[in-house]
Amino acid sequence: MKELSLHILDIAENSVNAGASNIEITVLENINKDKLTIIIKDNGKGMDAETVQHITDPFITSRTTRKVGLGLPFLKAAAEACQGNLKIQSQPGIGTEIEVNFQRSHIDRMPLGDLKTTFLNLLIGYPQVHWIFNYQIDEKRFMLDDNPIKEILAGVSLSEPSVINYLKNVITEGIEEIVQDNY
Amino acid sequence: MNAIKSLDDLKNVREAALAKRKLSENDGSTQVIVGMGTCGIAAGARETMKSVLDYIEANNLENVTVTQTGCIGLCEQEPIMQVVLSGKEKVTYGKVNPDVAKKIMKDHVGSGTVVQDHLITL
Repeated sequence: MKELSLHILDIAENSVNAGASNIEITVLENINKDKLTIIIKDNGKGMDAETVQHITDPFITSRTTRKVGLGLPFLKAAAEACQGNLKIQSQPGIGTEIEVNFQRSHIDRMPLGDLKTTFLNLLIGYPQVHWIFNYQIDEKRFMLDDNPIKEILAGVSLSEPSVINYLKNVITEGIEEIVQDNY
Repeated sequence: MNAIKSLDDLKNVREAALAKRKLSENDGSTQVIVGMGTCGIAAGARETMKSVLDYIEANNLENVTVTQTGCIGLCEQEPIMQVVLSGKEKVTYGKVNPDVAKKIMKDHVGSGTVVQDHLITL
């Protein structure tokens, strides 16, 4: 993977497959502390302590279509290459929280990449999930909770052209507003 | 934040979508599914899905539902895209880059012609 936002898309997919109905994604950039943190929290079926211990082993997966799972091991390796780490908290029946930390300025830290498209794809691609997206750079914050949007749409599909256009604008404007001064 | 203003905009969007839906009620709906497992993402599936959404938006294509799915076990064929026209069997395509996705949207979703080049027989 070339971008952290591709990893986010991938890890969120795990949450969907774990049957989560609520998924919250948080990206925190702390410039002074030189840290970049990604947190993906779901209310899916969760894992027991033993599974959590082995989950970053590429040969452990709950999938049945193939016998290897590379998503988490990839991300863990990417974090560890940047003085960072990957932490997993999970409880069966409650959910899972994945936290990944990077040294923000590390030469090997891959770019965050196209976070807008990652958010848009997840929002439209899994309409049954209640999504909360947070992106914070120091004190500036973009937050999108899709509940009010879905309440207003009341059954109109998220992939109607005018709705796609609306969602794209909300996400793009929200992210650009907080990013502009930093890059 | 202009959240309140934009939610008002959304109400208009909804009204407009509902009005159009009434006009084309007998069209039936089309499903487009993009594989978004680790294998799909690594092969570029996010850009494939973006291309599908951009096509729908640019061409004002109504009644198409786009969703994602996980790995279906054909990792070497990723990015994979599936199209289900109303009342028809599911058609699976492999190695769907953003350009191929646009062609599938135009030919298959738009005019019902299967794109033979990228067809996968399951």
